[in-house]
Amino acid sequence: MIDVYIDNKKVSVPEDFTILQAAKEADVRIPTLCFLENLQKIGACRMCLVEIENTGRLVTSCTTPVCQGLKVLTHSEKVRKARKFVLELILSDHPTTCLTCEKNTRCELQDLAAEHGIEIVPYRGDKSDRGKDSAANSLRYDGEKCIYCKRCETMCNTVQTVGAIYSKKRGFNAEVGTPFNVGFQDSVCVGCGQCVLNCPVAALKDQDDTAKVWDAIMDPDIITVVQVAPSVRVTLGEEFGLEPGTIVTGKIFAAMRKMGFDHIFDTDFGADLTIMEEGYEFIKRVKEGGTLPMLTSCSPGWVNFLETFFPELVPNLSSAKSPQAMVGAMVKSFFAEKEGIDPSKIRVISVMPCTAKKDESKRPQLGADGWSDVDIVVTTREFAKMIRQRNLDFVNLPDEQPDNPLGMSTGAALIFGASGGVMEAALRTALEVLEGHSIENIDYKAVRGLKLDGVKEAAVKTKIDGKEVEVKVAVASGLANARKLMEKVRAGEVDYHFIEIMACPGGCIGGGGQPIPTNTEVRKKRIEGIYKGDSSMELRKSHENPFIKKLYDEYLGEPLGEKSHKYLHTHFKEQKYYNNIKK
Amino acid sequence: MACCNVDVESILNKYSPEKGNLMHILHMVQDASGENFICEDCMKKIAEKTGVPLNKLYGVTSFYSMFSTEKRGKYVIRMCESGPCHVVGAKDVLEAFKSELGIEVGETTPCGTFTLETTACLGVCAVAPAVMINEDVHGNLDPSMVKGIIEKYK
Repeated sequence: MIDVYIDNKKVSVPEDFTILQAAKEADVRIPTLCFLENLQKIGACRMCLVEIENTGRLVTSCTTPVCQGLKVLTHSEKVRKARKFVLELILSDHPTTCLTCEKNTRCELQDLAAEHGIEIVPYRGDKSDRGKDSAANSLRYDGEKCIYCKRCETMCNTVQTVGAIYSKKRGFNAEVGTPFNVGFQDSVCVGCGQCVLNCPVAALKDQDDTAKVWDAIMDPDIITVVQVAPSVRVTLGEEFGLEPGTIVTGKIFAAMRKMGFDHIFDTDFGADLTIMEEGYEFIKRVKEGGTLPMLTSCSPGWVNFLETFFPELVPNLSSAKSPQAMVGAMVKSFFAEKEGIDPSKIRVISVMPCTAKKDESKRPQLGADGWSDVDIVVTTREFAKMIRQRNLDFVNLPDEQPDNPLGMSTGAALIFGASGGVMEAALRTALEVLEGHSIENIDYKAVRGLKLDGVKEAAVKTKIDGKEVEVKVAVASGLANARKLMEKVRAGEVDYHFIEIMACPGGCIGGGGQPIPTNTEVRKKRIEGIYKGDSSMELRKSHENPFIKKLYDEYLGEPLGEKSHKYLHTHFKEQKYYNNIKK
Repeated sequence: MACCNVDVESILNKYSPEKGNLMHILHMVQDASGENFICEDCMKKIAEKTGVPLNKLYGVTSFYSMFSTEKRGKYVIRMCESGPCHVVGAKDVLEAFKSELGIEVGETTPCGTFTLETTACLGVCAVAPAVMINEDVHGNLDPSMVKGIIEKYK
């Protein structure tokens, strides 16, 4: 440990700390733009400049290491002037049309400009022309707003190892984008939206589908059916000033009713249904010698990734549809039949933590009888925008319940929202089915928690046809971790039976459509919210959901049965994209 | 998709597939194209062999002005626009190239023979103003010499 003085305050920090880290220890905030904790420190934006007291030099605090006795001034006259100058230069090549920008009041650059008292941009000159790309299913790019911080590039290449975008050209013409300008849709982009989640401005944003939802609600001939994903209920509150992890399930249903949706169902019901189908599929594969390890298939970013980079492992993916697709399929078959509604009049709308779900809903193989399972997908952020557009006092809405028969759910469904949750939910059901009796302890804590680097593993003893078997499972989130694990699977180096992968670090609670900021601390709080919700629920096993039992009794018959195959299972195939080149 | 019919495999076979050889490989492929560019097909093959993802490879190629991903002329004329050449009339020489070839900077003659570009210092300030045509340096230029120089390459 060495002593450093930040604004004359002494702090003891490890030798390998940067000035920025030391300042954090001293509770001094230094503004940053291009910095991403533990991921990117490149000194590119120059916002974090500080003054070294005895030399008067300005250095970037994110890249400069501390040394014994170092004295740093973080807000001297020189520093304040320099930062303001840096901001003015950034703004000289950035539109000042904040009022009509989607990130208005939610923009890091706007906040910094306000903080530093920028009232005019004194420099006039050329503006860079980087174009737009709004053709992709999941996200949009608006080049004129890019400030070239490269946070998206790091997310895409380092955290996700997708490699859809990278820095191109040089100097004033430099930009981040796809090779040969093929655009996001034709590149290897999997739609995960981690770039959107980390864009400080509005250069990258989700594809906006809110207008389509309003149109459907307002159309008297259309019956709207809405559903909300597990993780959204612990994140949406953040958009209205609540702490990350606050459970707002009841308020979401109340808001949906006020907004005018005709039927309010729950993706959590779909998650319980997924567990039934996926759980039985797993048992079948184990008993009958099917392809193992079985891989979960509910995260569309992950499915795109596997189809693109590991096509030889397509047979390992569970054929069970994702929860949103299962709800949609049941709405347009079971529910429509029951209520005597023409499915062509129904629009299924999903509120998802995920930009890739928009892309998933457009998969031709996700539908039956000529209908798409899901018609419109909005992200958590878009749904929050709609609540604001409807002028609802979200925080003070009284709790309400979803409608039945596709609304009731269990704790097993709620934990789908965090990495490890699908695995735990599957174990809760599969092990009971295998052993034929109720299991008391259903907390599989080894697969829980935020593991940003590596794999969570567990081995569970059970009996299959009277024989004792150890079921080996693995859980990973973030596509860099998934890639490493799949390389081992491909090489036959691991002997897992079942693997859960979520494309986004931490699972859906860290999804590309979630509120901004989504950082490590926020992710942890959201995960806590998920498990708190699970432990407080009366029913915590999917197969105990009475409406699931009823659905099988009245309509589906049995898991993996004929109707299930038609409506609840899908298939996957290799994707050949433009820069689909193995690393 | 533009294609250059370069035998990329035989070029790639000359080098071990490591990042350090990337620049050599890119130069070899560009030179072999006859049109001073690296086509998309070639770049995909290079990416596959070297293990450098296409997005990064494209990033590198678009960063260096010596590389191009679009067809250029058989001869690339690079007029120096650095200070020493500028003060002794590089601008006039550049104008002479433009009018002689009938193209602007960044363009290629319709016959596909010449592409006109500007460049940072060529390191031959002693003979300023200077121009490089592919590997040849021409110095001590004035506008009247331009026509003769171009004739040599036709």
